[in-house]
Parts: sequence; C-alpha cells; structure tokens
Amino acid sequence: MVILIIFTLLFYMFSSAAYCAYLFLQNNYLQRSGFFILMGGFFCHTAALIAGIAGAGHLPVANLHETLSFAGWAIAGVFLVIQFKFNLKILGVFAAPFVTLIMIAVSQLPNEPAQTANIFKSFWFISHIVAIFIGEAGFALACGLGLLYLIQENAIKTKRRRFFFKRLPSLDLLDATGYACIVVGFTMLTLGLITGFVYAQSVWGRFWSWDPKEVWAGITWLFYAALLHERLTVGWRGRRSAIMAIIGFGVLLFTFLGVNLLMDGHHKEFTRF
Amino acid sequence: MHEIVLLGINHKTAPVELRECIAFSGDESITALQSLHRQPDINEALLFSTCNRVELLFVTDNKNRTISAAKEFIADFNKIPLEQFNDALYIHEGDEAVRHVFRVASSLDSMVVGEPQILGQIKDAYHMATELKSSGVILNRLLHRTFFVAKRIRTETGIGDRAVSISYAAVELGRKIFGSLEGKIVLLVGAGEMAELAVEHLIRNKAVEIYVANRTFENGVELAKKFNGQAIRMEEITNFLEHTDIIISSTGSPDFVITRDQVKSVIRKRRSRPIFFIDIAVPRDIDPRVNRLTNSYVYDIDDLTGVVDDNLEDRRQEAIKGERIVDEAVINFRQWYDSLEVVPTIIALRNKMESIAAAEIKKTLQSNEIPEGSVSAIQKMAGALINKIMHDPTIFLKKDGMVGDKSLYIDTIRKLFKLDE
Repeated sequence: MVILIIFTLLFYMFSSAAYCAYLFLQNNYLQRSGFFILMGGFFCHTAALIAGIAGAGHLPVANLHETLSFAGWAIAGVFLVIQFKFNLKILGVFAAPFVTLIMIAVSQLPNEPAQTANIFKSFWFISHIVAIFIGEAGFALACGLGLLYLIQENAIKTKRRRFFFKRLPSLDLLDATGYACIVVGFTMLTLGLITGFVYAQSVWGRFWSWDPKEVWAGITWLFYAALLHERLTVGWRGRRSAIMAIIGFGVLLFTFLGVNLLMDGHHKEFTRF
Repeated sequence: MHEIVLLGINHKTAPVELRECIAFSGDESITALQSLHRQPDINEALLFSTCNRVELLFVTDNKNRTISAAKEFIADFNKIPLEQFNDALYIHEGDEAVRHVFRVASSLDSMVVGEPQILGQIKDAYHMATELKSSGVILNRLLHRTFFVAKRIRTETGIGDRAVSISYAAVELGRKIFGSLEGKIVLLVGAGEMAELAVEHLIRNKAVEIYVANRTFENGVELAKKFNGQAIRMEEITNFLEHTDIIISSTGSPDFVITRDQVKSVIRKRRSRPIFFIDIAVPRDIDPRVNRLTNSYVYDIDDLTGVVDDNLEDRRQEAIKGERIVDEAVINFRQWYDSLEVVPTIIALRNKMESIAAAEIKKTLQSNEIPEGSVSAIQKMAGALINKIMHDPTIFLKKDGMVGDKSLYIDTIRKLFKLDE
C-alpha cells in the first residue's frame, strides 16, 4: 500500500519532469514519455486505491489524506481521457505537476484510519463520491485550460510572440477542450448532487439540510450552470469562458476544502487531519 | 587523381546585373554542359543555374586547367570579359566544394534561409546531367548524398517551419486562432498583390467562401471571379462582418474602412466567435482599437513584418543545427571518397578474403577429424589461394589497366565484394 503510493508519486514526478522538459525542448518523444509515465502512475494509484478498499472494506475517503489522494486520482484519470480524445499535448504541462503537487501534499498529511461507518458502503454514497470527484477533476482541467487560453490569447493580442506562442496550440483547440472539460465536470457534478440528495433522503429523511457544504455545492453548480447557459445562448466563449472557468475552480476549491476547514457541517469529518 | 572542383557566383558575391549576364537558361544549360563535359580534363560535370546563383561542379584530372578552362568558357559563352566577373567568382575544391553543394541544396546558403525550392532546382540540374551522361560515379554519389542531407536537415531542424512572407505569416496566425482554417469565411476588402496572395493561401488551407468588397464594384466582380467568390458592395461590409471569420483589408482609403463601433455591434450577433483582421493597407484600414474587443484580433502590416522577422531569426537559429549535419555529411563523403583510392581497395579486398578463409578453416577443423600435422598445410593452401586470386585484380588496379574513369572500376569492385559494409 505505502510502496504503491510511493511508486505513484515517483511516476507522477517523472511525468512532470518529462512534460516540463517537453515545454522547453519541444521534443514530441518527451511528451509521449510524460503521457505514458503518467499512465503508469495512474495504474499504481488505482492499485493503491483498490488495496485501500480491500484493506478498509470501503472507499478510502475518510480523512483529508485519503480524500486528496482520491481527487488526485480522479484528475489523473480525467486528464488521460481528455488527452487521449483531444491530443492536446500541452495540457500535461499543467496536469502532471498539478497531480504531483496534490500527491506531495497527500504524502505530508497524516493518515489515521477513521472509525468505519456504515455509510461508506452505501451505493448512493459511493456514486456520490465518485461522480463529485470526477466532476471536480473536469473543472480542474478546465481551469488549467483557461489559464493556457489566457496566456495564448495575451500573446496573440499583445503581439509578443515569445516562449508560449510557439508552444501553445490554437485558441480554438484550447477553448473547445476547456468546454468539453466543463461539460464533463458539470454532468458529473449534477449526478453527484443528485446521488447526494438521494443518499441524504435515505439517511436523514430530507434532500436538503442547508449544510454549508450543500449550500456551496449549490453555488458552484449554479455558477457553472450560468457559464454553460451563457455559452449556449449568447456565446460566451474564449476569454470570458476561460476567466469564468478559473473563477469557477476557485469557488469549487472553496467548496471542497474551504468549507470543511472553515465552516461546520456534516461533511467535515471527511477532511479531518 | 580525380578532384572535385566547384566554381560559382551567387547573390552574395555578385549583383543582379552580373548574375543576369552569367545565368544559363534551360536550353543554354544543355549546350553549355555538353561542351564543358567535352573538355579533355573534365570527367564529370554538373551545371546549376537559377536567378540567384550559377554553380559549375566538376570532377577533373587537372584542377588548374579545368578552372581556367571553365572561366574562359563562361566568358565566351556569355560574351562577357573575364575581368568583369572574376572577382565575384568563388572556387571551392575537395571538401569545401562538397560542403558548398550540401549547404546550397539544404538552403543554408540561400537568400531566404530554408526556402524549399532550391532542392527541386538542384534535382532538375542533376536530372539534366544524368540525361546528358555528364555525371559519373563521384557526382552520382555526391548528389545522392546531397539530396539525403537536404532532406535530413528539413526534417530534423525547423529550418523551413515558420512563415517568412507577410501573406503566409497571416495564414499562420490564423491557424493559431482558429486551429483549422477549413470552412472559414473570408472577406477581402480592396485589392493588392499581398492581400490576394493571402487569400490564395487561405483557399489552399480550405477556407470555403470568399467575398470581395471593392470601391468599384466591377473590379470587385472581376477579382471575385478569380477566387471563385462573390463580390459585395462596400456599404454591405457591416452586414457581412456578422458571418466572416477572416477579413483581409488592403484599400487606398485614407480613413478607417472598418471602425471599432462597426465590429462591436456585431460581436453579440456573432455569438463571440473569433474574428481575425489582417490589415495590409498603409494608412491602416482597420481601427486598431478593434484588437481590444472580445475575441477579435487585428494584425497590421508592421505586426506581420514583426512576425516574419522573428521567424527569420528562428530559421537562422535552426540553420546552426543544419550546419552540424552538413559537417557530418562532409566527413562521411570524404571517407567514401578516400576509399576510391586504389590501395585501400586492395587492402579491403584482401582483408575480406582472409576473413572468409579464416572462418572456413575454423569450420573445417571443427567438423572433421583432421590430424594435427595437416592443419598448417591447410592454412598454407588457403593463403596461397588468396594470393593467386588477388594477383590479377591487384595488377589490374595498380598498373592502370583501367581505361577511362578509374573510380568507376574501384566503385564496381567495392560494390561487387560489398567492401563498404
């Protein structure tokens, strides 16, 4: 288990190194290595998760260590899928170091097994967790793509075609991929909220209980819903969409971590450390 | 002994007035190459002439005689006194000549570094030489290496990657905005060589609809026909801004043809789809403030010149890598060239025979029961066989039994016995 996590971290680190080298040297071989090393890391990570499930008998998301690790796993997985589908070579330069940082943070957090509660075995609960985390991963990548979009747009607008201009792909590709990430994120977030409601109904007998986490999740959902709505109706794309994706991820991060650390509520125990 | 000699003038050594006088047209090249090849010392010859350079490449037995003969020939053929072009002429021998050919073909020596046409032109020149049978073993090898080197430099360095013309730079920028230009709608305002060239580039990149707006509608119709497009009136531009993706403007108008308000009013109708303005006109046609609107991008002629300058600088950087590949290729060619000498060939042939004999003796000794005393006899016999076999070819090679092109025989022997592997 521990050895698997160490290997995962090593894989992610090497992948980050390969992607960073790719950013400077523009050698496609480096980019491919980065991708496959990250894939190796993802398999290790998956194995570690499975080992965790086997060991604890439930999905290991009982404390901040486990939750963050799960988030890292989801981002790596969604990145692999998006990369495979869009072949956006530069995205790894954002995703690999991001996942690595998360895993470094994970390795620094204590991992004390929490007392097992029955809730971890509920189908609705597991669906809720998995959907929410995949959604968050989608939004994280959308945020990265938004950053890349702003960098590239700035290079084109200010006519300073230096380092990034040559290395980043077209605005259209960045925008389209970011949009796809938001669609994935939004769909999964919606699913996650619905399963969460169903679960809340089955446990507490009510769908909504004004828990801070619920409120902020609702705000996040509304934010992305507005983004998508504006895009579909009046065509918020490009720069505005990129900025919104970045702000949206900020809101999401607050919902994910800030609420748990600063406010009270029935999600708090999942990020205890 | 054969030597490779190259004479030439190019855009760096001679002004265009002089190059014009010396350049050979297609038919002239044929007669010139034929008469050069007839010169007594010249074994092989190649003539390469474009508007930027004239190069004469020879394999000769006597380089000094060949050089002066070639100079005289140029003077006679073009009816221009030698003094007029002698200073502009450069002469390279041996490795330097080989290097020069490699560099020229790889476009490292071109006016616009990395331009791709030159390789095709050299291929044509070589084709002519093979048809006239003026090229032989050495030039064949040299030119094939040249094509290989040029191709390698093109694929391994970014020497030809970036646009170095204004119109192509515009297209390249378009790709950075739109990704693919397929299906994009283009509006050409005004007319002009550069603008029309840019439209042609866009059509080649699969832009579909072309609209042309011109102050004189008739001219617009004429121009639209050329691009298989449609002419519109200047007053209609605002309406068309709603649908077009790329606007190329090149009018003589003293005021802005497209203003910020005009563009701003259509952004919402366009649902913020990106719009790219290429302003080639001086004074400018498009309000530079349009660049600050959402998802609209304006590049004027200075911006595009900036792109081209940057790209040229990139190519120069890449050319350094190209020079390294050339250095390597020159060394390789030198090795092959040296191997054409008689003695190394004889040695290589003998080595090959000896290694075969040694291997066979070993096999025989292992598989049969041969008495101790016979081993040395077998070895002796093998040695004697080699000597007898080698005797005639050695005499032939050393005593100049060869008629005509010596390198041809050596090359054949090397190929026949696979001595180059």
